[in-house]
Amino acid sequence: MTFKRTCAAAALLLGLVPAAQAEELNALIWCDHADPKLLEPFEKAHDVRVNVKEYEGTAAGLTILQQSQPGDWDVMVIDAVDVARAVEQGYLAPLPDGAVSTADYFPQVVLADHNSVDGKTYAVTEKFGYNTLAYNKAKVDPKDMESLASLWSGKYDGRIAIYDYYLPVLGLVGLAEGIDTANLDAAALEKLRDPLMKLKAASKQVSDVVASQTALATGEVDVLIGGGEWLTAVLHSENPDLDWTIPKEGGLLWAQSIGMVEGTQKPELAIEFIKYITSPEGQARLATSSCYWGMPANMAAGDALSEDEKSVLRWSDQTDYLARAQLYPVPDAQTDAAMQDMWTDMLQN
Amino acid sequence: MSIERIEKRQGATLVAPALLWTLIFFVLPFLAMALMSLSHLEGRSVVSGPDLRNYAKIFTEASLLKGIAVSLEITVLVTVISVALAWPLAWIIATRVPVRWRRLALLLAVLPFWTSYVVRSYSWALVLGEKGVVMNALVGLGMLSEPVQIMATRSATVTGFVHFFVMLLTLTIYSNLVQLSPNYARAAEDLGASRWQVIRLVILPLTLPGVVTGAFLTFVLCIGDYITPQILGGNNELTLPQLIMLQLGRRGDYPMASALSLVLMLIVTLAYLACARWLKMERV
Repeated sequence: MTFKRTCAAAALLLGLVPAAQAEELNALIWCDHADPKLLEPFEKAHDVRVNVKEYEGTAAGLTILQQSQPGDWDVMVIDAVDVARAVEQGYLAPLPDGAVSTADYFPQVVLADHNSVDGKTYAVTEKFGYNTLAYNKAKVDPKDMESLASLWSGKYDGRIAIYDYYLPVLGLVGLAEGIDTANLDAAALEKLRDPLMKLKAASKQVSDVVASQTALATGEVDVLIGGGEWLTAVLHSENPDLDWTIPKEGGLLWAQSIGMVEGTQKPELAIEFIKYITSPEGQARLATSSCYWGMPANMAAGDALSEDEKSVLRWSDQTDYLARAQLYPVPDAQTDAAMQDMWTDMLQN
Repeated sequence: MSIERIEKRQGATLVAPALLWTLIFFVLPFLAMALMSLSHLEGRSVVSGPDLRNYAKIFTEASLLKGIAVSLEITVLVTVISVALAWPLAWIIATRVPVRWRRLALLLAVLPFWTSYVVRSYSWALVLGEKGVVMNALVGLGMLSEPVQIMATRSATVTGFVHFFVMLLTLTIYSNLVQLSPNYARAAEDLGASRWQVIRLVILPLTLPGVVTGAFLTFVLCIGDYITPQILGGNNELTLPQLIMLQLGRRGDYPMASALSLVLMLIVTLAYLACARWLKMERV
């Protein structure tokens, strides 16, 4: 009898405990949102648990959504330039008017054209940075890093790594060839083949985020094309020689947005999460996330960041940087496939 | 009901869970994958087939064909080197190490298995780097005037693989060696064979089942591995699994990923048939 009662009590407890923590928010995110330091204040304030799933690359994220049931996901982080693509496929829900204010944002990263479709806002920019040149200033001449042409000069052959993401690197190769990212269509793309192959020949490796960081940190390579503050900032305390710059040809502006997933059963909670992420406190925590750092879209986050943190983020240089940076290329499906074919050829040669 | 029918029904009942498991988790996903491979990507949407354009692309597009070639070259190289290193090691442990130390010797041989596969690969990245232990030692000893690049090359991938598969092969060959009666060697020696002849003409042929089984496992695990070439190869050439991952993660091209996966399965199946024929496993 005692055994039965114990079992019954245990079953009751097991049933009650999840019930007490039933409120959950499922977020499809990039790794910077997985930092407990970012999530804890929201979880405590709303007595909710945020379940996160990391993904890399818009195609992977959209595939996850394609294979999910409506209601599986509540919020999603996505490349700002890919918001329209997600909306087109029916994966993002419009945000209520006035739900999130961008009044304090850096004007250049509000990106209303990209975050809205047919006048409806589907996402809001939350973080941005640059794909440009990251380097070890103890090993290379910083003056050489003022021009992308240095990478093709032969001086740094075998000391270069290429960040393994075709959009920003093809964009940078385009800038080196005098082609703006907005003009990178199928015809312009073929002009990049030769310089891309030469860049590969001059490079030691093509690597993802972790391998790129490892290669720079261990001195395997001295320059990373496609790198930026998002890669060197987390290593700054260990090796202050790791630096980055935007060369005279320009750099690429990456911007990530957050939106509410279509079909969410918790729209109010999803909006609250988006509000938190775009609030000064959330923005400061997101900017200095353990996975990678990046500029907060909301300028008001400056009050919540220390002077050291702002210095690493190059807060005071943003006006100049934003003026010189171009958005990622936004290829149509056919050009995108051609870009990926060229990238695969580069990897295989 | 006859006893024979009862026994048949009992047999079917016992086998049913395994059959059901295989049906649900292998046959059905396999059929889904085969069906998907006959579709194709148009723009960013999957268009249902059936057509063979993905397979045609695999065997006509240079980067995809090279992926198959790179995978086969690396796998064959790794298998040969691993067998060449594992056999002597297994033989030494089985015949030269005192019985009371054998367990410890085997433990030491498989100790690296206890580390995470990913961590082990990143460790090799640090060891093989220009500032790593190997280069520091070679330059320090004056054997090299300056570091040479091993990391982010095929050599690094092969090194990482061999380290892992030597352990696996040592176990399969060792288990074969310890089952051999010492009388075979004694009889050969009595008939005038030298020690080398005993190994070459008696022991080695008798351990071929263990060698071939281990080599097959090495082949299958190596050709399907994504982690090691991704971390150690520096993306300077792509293997078949890396190409599959590219289709999935970056292009969202599930039909092409399915077609490439089926090509990978076909290669593994051919390897299995070759091994089975060699060992006459179908007669067992």
